[in-house]
Amino acid sequence: MQKIAMDRISQLFSAIAAERALYLPMKKKGAVNFGKWEEGAEADLHALHTVKSPKDLFFPQSEDLVSFKMRGKEISVDAPDAPDEKFVVFGVRACDARGMDVLDRVFLSEPVDTYYQARRENGIVVTLSCSAPEETCFCSVFGIDPARPGGDVSAWIADGSLYVKALTEKGEAFLSGLSLLEAADEAEIEPAVRETKAVMERLPLKDLDLTGIDGNATEKLFGSEKWAELSRACLGCGTCTYVCPTCQCYDIRDFDTGKEIRRYRCWDSCMYSDFTRMAHGNPRKSQVERFRQRFMHKLVYFPANNDGMYSCVGCGRCVAKCPISMNIVKVVKALGSEAKE
Amino acid sequence: MGMREDTLIPKIGVITDIRKDTPDVKTFRAVSPEGGVVFKHMPGQCAMLSIPGVGEAMFSITSSPTNTEFMEFSIKKCGCLTDWLHQMDVGQQITIRGPYGNAFPVETELRGKDLLFIAGGIGLAPLRSVINYVLHYRENYGKIDIVYGSRSKEDLVDFNEIKNEWSNAENVNVYLTIDREQENWDGHVGFVPNYVKEIGFSTDKTALVCGPPIMIKFVLGALGELGFDKTQVYTTMELRMKCGVGKCGRCNIGSKYVCKDGPVFRCDELEELPDEY
Repeated sequence: MQKIAMDRISQLFSAIAAERALYLPMKKKGAVNFGKWEEGAEADLHALHTVKSPKDLFFPQSEDLVSFKMRGKEISVDAPDAPDEKFVVFGVRACDARGMDVLDRVFLSEPVDTYYQARRENGIVVTLSCSAPEETCFCSVFGIDPARPGGDVSAWIADGSLYVKALTEKGEAFLSGLSLLEAADEAEIEPAVRETKAVMERLPLKDLDLTGIDGNATEKLFGSEKWAELSRACLGCGTCTYVCPTCQCYDIRDFDTGKEIRRYRCWDSCMYSDFTRMAHGNPRKSQVERFRQRFMHKLVYFPANNDGMYSCVGCGRCVAKCPISMNIVKVVKALGSEAKE
Repeated sequence: MGMREDTLIPKIGVITDIRKDTPDVKTFRAVSPEGGVVFKHMPGQCAMLSIPGVGEAMFSITSSPTNTEFMEFSIKKCGCLTDWLHQMDVGQQITIRGPYGNAFPVETELRGKDLLFIAGGIGLAPLRSVINYVLHYRENYGKIDIVYGSRSKEDLVDFNEIKNEWSNAENVNVYLTIDREQENWDGHVGFVPNYVKEIGFSTDKTALVCGPPIMIKFVLGALGELGFDKTQVYTTMELRMKCGVGKCGRCNIGSKYVCKDGPVFRCDELEELPDEY
């Protein structure tokens, strides 16, 4: 373990940014999101959650896949080079780090998505322990320890210093290039870790019960009458899917620039009415069905295909952001009794 | 330096022949710019075709993999992209990527079996690939029955091939039907599911069914009444798709992705899926 005094942290950021692009939580127009750090910019390492998760850095909200030129009856195909920006994303919370594990399951399974893979290989993830988990947090329900976040390097703020520890070879190599760091003893972060654990014990959602809600629950839960009531007020706005660190549904569209046709992909949402609409009809005609799909996918279908791993990390963003205050916590609670039968 | 490879980056197909099958179905023949198929496939698999700027969609590959000279796609005109495809001329290039999805188990479960093909309208497209594959390796399969129906005589796809090739093939019976009486039609009249029951096929066959969802539903019922077990019946499913590799989320149903775990499902597997297709 190594450390650097917090009052020297901009020097650390400078040193990192000299080698690679550095993305940090930064406040812009009142909202904290991951942004590219430049000399003089101020990072917000105390905000618990960025509005959007860091998934943007690996799976951008919109990205070009391929472009075409049309000449008469001929088409020429041109693919952009693989993304090559070497970067560090600093300050990822434990829940969002798990979110990347979920995305890895999707994008790195065969056939590998090379767009995502390139960013994943180019990026170094430095996580940051949560010192003050909030009431909307329920990561521990999914076995996530916010005081021991994952990534390539874990970081803790304790006693006026930033402590770092490499977890992967990539993280090791990254830290070894930072001469500002000085050796530290793991015992120095123990009080901070204990404090986080104490906060976790007081969180209202920590006992959210997932018993019976797993990869085998399709038959029990799909036909539940609860879905109608749970989804009644859903506006289908898709906010939950956009702030979610694990939602990965996407659309592929073409844009004619006048010079070429750009084919790009962009985030999409299973909450939208035309998501499944086909020439001969729509298998999910109402919001009840679309709402059910989102939660069944996160809590049942995804675990069924991924060794029981849920596609929810308990970050609480949807809990905080849903305009009608409906969320996965209420869904789990409502389905709980049927799930246990 | 070669272009970067990713399944989302398509290849070019050149249209070398366009056949008008019915008032709203055309069969397009495509080859790679160097000649030959754009990629290999197995019967039942699909491909993403597109005209850049117009759209991209999934279509079943109707030609048999035994044909290595070209690929064929029978496409019904029913939206933006398909309208465009119907208006194009020979020589037009399109983009193709694939193959996607699983195939009918022609080299495993179907080997040595008597096969019963049941199709409605454009639903013949994926089955035609299997039928021609099976006829190519005739000795590997038993008796073949083909029941095919459409709204009218004019709506029967691949009519010449059915009449001139399949009907004359050894140990193959073809049963055609149209929905309503029509002049110059002395064949059977009536819906496919009822015709299947009327003929009363014995249950020692494996059935492959494809057609409009409502037809599939009633054919499965008819086969059930005849005593077919769900493990003896295969069908194909269609949901909206974008990526073709189980990542974009559109065709997710239960724990399956139709584009990669399907489109071919055995009916007992189909029954385990939530009822939203």
